[in-house]
Amino acid sequence: MEWLGLYNYWVVVALMMIGFYIVIAQGNLIKKLVGLNIFQTSVFVFFISLAHLDGGTAPIALPGVTAYSNPLPHVLILTAIVVGVALTAMGLALVVRVQEAYGTIEEDEIHQQDELH
Amino acid sequence: MLEQLPALQVAITLTAAPVVMMLGRASRLAWVLTTLSCWASFAVALLLFNQVADGSVISYEMGGWAPPWGIEYSIDAANAWVLVIIGLISALVMPFARRSVEQEISESRIALFYSAFLLANAGLIGITLTADAFNIFVFFEISALASYALIAMGQDRRAVLSAYQYLIMGTVGTTFLLIGIGFLYIMTGTLNLGDLAARLPEVSDTRTIRAAFGFIAVGISLKLALFPLHLWLPNAYTYAPSMVTVFLSATATKVAIYVLLRFVYGVFGFEFSFVELSMAWLLMPLALLGIVVPSLVAVFQTNVKRLLAYSSVAQVGYMILGISFASVLGLTASILHLFNHAITKAALFMAVGCLVYRLGGVSLTQLAGAGQRMPWTMGAFVVAGLSLIGIPLTAGFVTKWHLLQAALEGGLWPIAVLLLGTSLLAALYIWKVVEAAYFQEPEDSTEVVHEAPLGLLLPTLLLTASTVVFGVFGSFTVQSARTAAAALMGGVP
Repeated sequence: MEWLGLYNYWVVVALMMIGFYIVIAQGNLIKKLVGLNIFQTSVFVFFISLAHLDGGTAPIALPGVTAYSNPLPHVLILTAIVVGVALTAMGLALVVRVQEAYGTIEEDEIHQQDELH
Repeated sequence: MLEQLPALQVAITLTAAPVVMMLGRASRLAWVLTTLSCWASFAVALLLFNQVADGSVISYEMGGWAPPWGIEYSIDAANAWVLVIIGLISALVMPFARRSVEQEISESRIALFYSAFLLANAGLIGITLTADAFNIFVFFEISALASYALIAMGQDRRAVLSAYQYLIMGTVGTTFLLIGIGFLYIMTGTLNLGDLAARLPEVSDTRTIRAAFGFIAVGISLKLALFPLHLWLPNAYTYAPSMVTVFLSATATKVAIYVLLRFVYGVFGFEFSFVELSMAWLLMPLALLGIVVPSLVAVFQTNVKRLLAYSSVAQVGYMILGISFASVLGLTASILHLFNHAITKAALFMAVGCLVYRLGGVSLTQLAGAGQRMPWTMGAFVVAGLSLIGIPLTAGFVTKWHLLQAALEGGLWPIAVLLLGTSLLAALYIWKVVEAAYFQEPEDSTEVVHEAPLGLLLPTLLLTASTVVFGVFGSFTVQSARTAAAALMGGVP
């Protein structure tokens, strides 16, 4: 049952596929962004998982502790989260302007409107 | 001072961005400041290029922390070449931008617009400079976020939608890159490109590393618009403001191609990428399809900006084709084309920007009579168009010639024939524009249309002239591309 021991990676893959599927399959611009967020978050979980060490603690030198989790992926993901927030904000701002310009945020309705012009 | 140049290169535009943003309604001052920082950045790029032109490598430790623990900026002939492209285009696009932007962007947003432009510029420079895998991801996102904002400032409402589509596809691309970097980190425990290259051979025969290669290659291919991952590009280039199209078409995809080259040659190594994973067999069909299909689509376009955007996808195909020959000559041709296509396409889009400025749009019907009314602009378009086709004595010919040689060297004569055929397709779509502009009567012949103002015309003519200069005196660019190819083939800086 070794493969079950790495269940966090299975969760990562499942989340990744769910998110990616939503990005591709959904026609609603907001739902697409939600999918994109799930997709990105799965990568964050992946990075944090790979830093984990069984029995490891925070990387602070303490007497009697020998196993530490790797802090570098945590730092990387802190940066990636900030990037993700900026992207979501940017995406939502664009959706607001799409709504203002077209009166809808459904992809097929938007394309219909553009074809009429 | 001189040893701090690598940091300055990215710091100048990165720090200018917030300053310009705070200028608010002082739009003229914002333009002056942006122009000055772009010129300063170009000067730094030239100084750096000069230092590494002999094949040496500059390694700069960010904050004095030694690599692989600290972040390293390293500059060799390959990325100095890309820095010069970014510097040159941004330095020339700024004089062009003043009146074009004043017309297309509302007064209150001009400072914000230039601020976003500086961020996009700084992001691209950062991607090129850094020797840290995670840093590449962050700079990719900085430039991408700024580009989305820039594209969304287009006048047509479809600009916003294309920016949104670019955001979705771009983010998927960079997230793939991040996954790949994660796999590399699991196996090696390092993010420094040079260190990665040293540690990878030990573990390269694992599924994790092969998966990392796949994720990174697909992620970057999305960013560089490799067919069939190019869907974001035509809309984004068509509806973006003129100046943004000039800048992005000449730099953004080129930088992504550089990153692909750096990972394929510098990190994974030639042996792993081309011998073990036979990457050439994946790239070559995609490159050929990418040349033929978008060229055919371009022939049927009625909007000149969209026509040129599809041609950009085809030109990316040429660059990838050069890489897929897996030879020094092919790589040289690709690196050469980075520069030659940058100046050619920038000149074409600038000419289109001039036409938009005077005519309000660039559908083929609007262009009728432009040949007589705006002789200089259309003249520039024709000359740059010849370079795009690859007529002798233009920059485009120098690359096509090297590509042909590389194809024949590999014994792939059907590809050589195909290359000549696709040049005819390029001739066909450029001819469509020429025919509309020179041989069709305008609907309203009493309407007075003047030549584009000097501020727009001068940079256009300068770039157009440079396509001829680098076509006639090609030895300098060829030599630089050779040094760059040697630097990439030789491993990581």
